[in-house]
Amino acid sequence: MIRISAKWTERIAFFFLLVSTLIIIIPVILITVMIIQKGLPAMNLEFLTESPRLGMRAGGIFPAILGTVYLVLGTMVFALPIGILAAIYLSEYARDNWLTRAIDLAIVNLAGVPSVVYGLFGLGLFVIFLNFGTSILAGSLTLAIMSLPVIITASREALGTVPQSFREVSLALGATRWQTIRRVVLPNALPGIMTGTVLALSRAAGETAPILFTVAAFYLPKLPQSVFDQCMALPYHLYVIATQVPKIKPHVQYGTALVLIVMVLVMNLSAILIRAHFRKKKHW
Amino acid sequence: MTNDIVIDVRDYNLYYGDFHALLDVNLSIKKKSVTAIIGPSGCGKSTLLRGLNRMNDLIDQVRVTGEIFIEGKPIYAEKRDLVELRKKVGMVFQRPNPFPLSVYENVAFGLRLHSHLSKEEVAQKVEESLKAVALWKELKDKLKAPALRLSGEQQQRLCIARLAAMSADIFLMDEPCSALDPVATQHIEELIRVLKEDYTIVIVTHNMAQAARVSDETAYFYLGKLIEMGPTDQIFTRPARKETEDYITGRFG
Ligand SMILES: Nc1ncnc2c1ncn2[C@@H]1O[C@H](COP(=O)(O)OP(=O)(O)OP(=O)(O)O)[C@@H](O)[C@H]1O
Ligand SMILES: [Mg+2]
Repeated sequence: MIRISAKWTERIAFFFLLVSTLIIIIPVILITVMIIQKGLPAMNLEFLTESPRLGMRAGGIFPAILGTVYLVLGTMVFALPIGILAAIYLSEYARDNWLTRAIDLAIVNLAGVPSVVYGLFGLGLFVIFLNFGTSILAGSLTLAIMSLPVIITASREALGTVPQSFREVSLALGATRWQTIRRVVLPNALPGIMTGTVLALSRAAGETAPILFTVAAFYLPKLPQSVFDQCMALPYHLYVIATQVPKIKPHVQYGTALVLIVMVLVMNLSAILIRAHFRKKKHW
Repeated sequence: MTNDIVIDVRDYNLYYGDFHALLDVNLSIKKKSVTAIIGPSGCGKSTLLRGLNRMNDLIDQVRVTGEIFIEGKPIYAEKRDLVELRKKVGMVFQRPNPFPLSVYENVAFGLRLHSHLSKEEVAQKVEESLKAVALWKELKDKLKAPALRLSGEQQQRLCIARLAAMSADIFLMDEPCSALDPVATQHIEELIRVLKEDYTIVIVTHNMAQAARVSDETAYFYLGKLIEMGPTDQIFTRPARKETEDYITGRFG
């Protein structure tokens, strides 16, 4: 057997580690460059503010942008309170018993469910059984359920980083449990909770499968008027113009992708900024 | 039992699961006095202290028998209001632990929990409490500064002020100086002597000299039992029990 000196194993290890890291970055760079390069020509006011025309080959993508904004807001309305309250219950109140462990297991598994399954579930429960129809309501609820495990997990982590001594001191000062959570635990966990939530929402913004059967419309002549209306959405619109519309100019497709990516990046960036801002203020 | 007694511990036993941490403890503490609790590590000093404001309740599997009377009222009685108890019996921890809030908000924390005072009344209370712990002069222009920027000593004083603001009558202090330097320790000891005029203080300490300096009465614990309790000068000069003497001399020598 050939013996390789420690120096050489070190070099080889370094080489492979570096190459692996570069392999991760390459697609990110390529995707970004390609989309910007090909999508930028499509950017103009009309593209961002008007409805599609000529079988979506011309005009803008405003209804899809608006639809995605509605869906993200709707998801937030449902997922945020439930996610935070559940996380508070699990990390501050629940005792370590079989029920809690079962819930933990359920959350982990829920996070691993493929998004198309959420789509089918939403179709069965919200669209058909609860009779919401294909609507913003049904789509938001489906996305909310998909986002819940992420929000709960992130919130629990954030709550867990609040030092135990803060809770003790507060209780020793005669605060009730809820007062302690409200005045001491939550304020200190909020940045982490917000960061996790925004990341979950940005993922929801880009999903296609969960909205496919529950809300997304191929094309709508009017903007949605209520939560019971269908809406267009960026990811689905992208899918449609990429596969269902022959002879479309590529810059329309890439322009749509660019808008979607920018929306998601802006959300992620704001999450990072929130975290950085609060980390500076934290002293313990 | 005279009216002078504010804390009266009767046949008190505490178990952590199967572990019997305090055995048949009986002791009484006089109003406006300083009582030092001493004993080797793990003998149950903190456990007893945390029993007095029922902070042990937060730990799973803790079981208690016997009773503790505070101002004549049993604290383990079924409908005992823990909020009221903990307002009256405040606790100072080993490590100074202000909240990551401003100086002002730290002192006002308890007030905001328990009362609906006007802005002026809160400000008034905050000032009084900071004066009581001799912090007002140093900090009156820094009330908005983050409490965690203060020195260790100032933080510990602030934690005491936080209790004073809620009108606590009894201060439980668990090794309040062990995270402080000697000078700061001396200052806190002076503060304890001043506070004694108005408050009843129970202090856990590993520092025999400190116990001798600040306390009126001393209780020596060993393996969960109260071995001996009496006036501090007597405990330190003529302890009745051999174990007490061994511990004290061992610690000094
Ligand atoms: N939460 C707990 N669960 C189980 N046992 C505990 C718990 N807290 C303390 N004990 C045990 O109870 C005994 C008394 O602990 P306690 O903290 O009261 O000692 P102490 O006298 O304050 O010691 P130290 O001087 O080190 O602070 C110890 O043997 C300790 O191991
Ligand atoms: Mg202790």
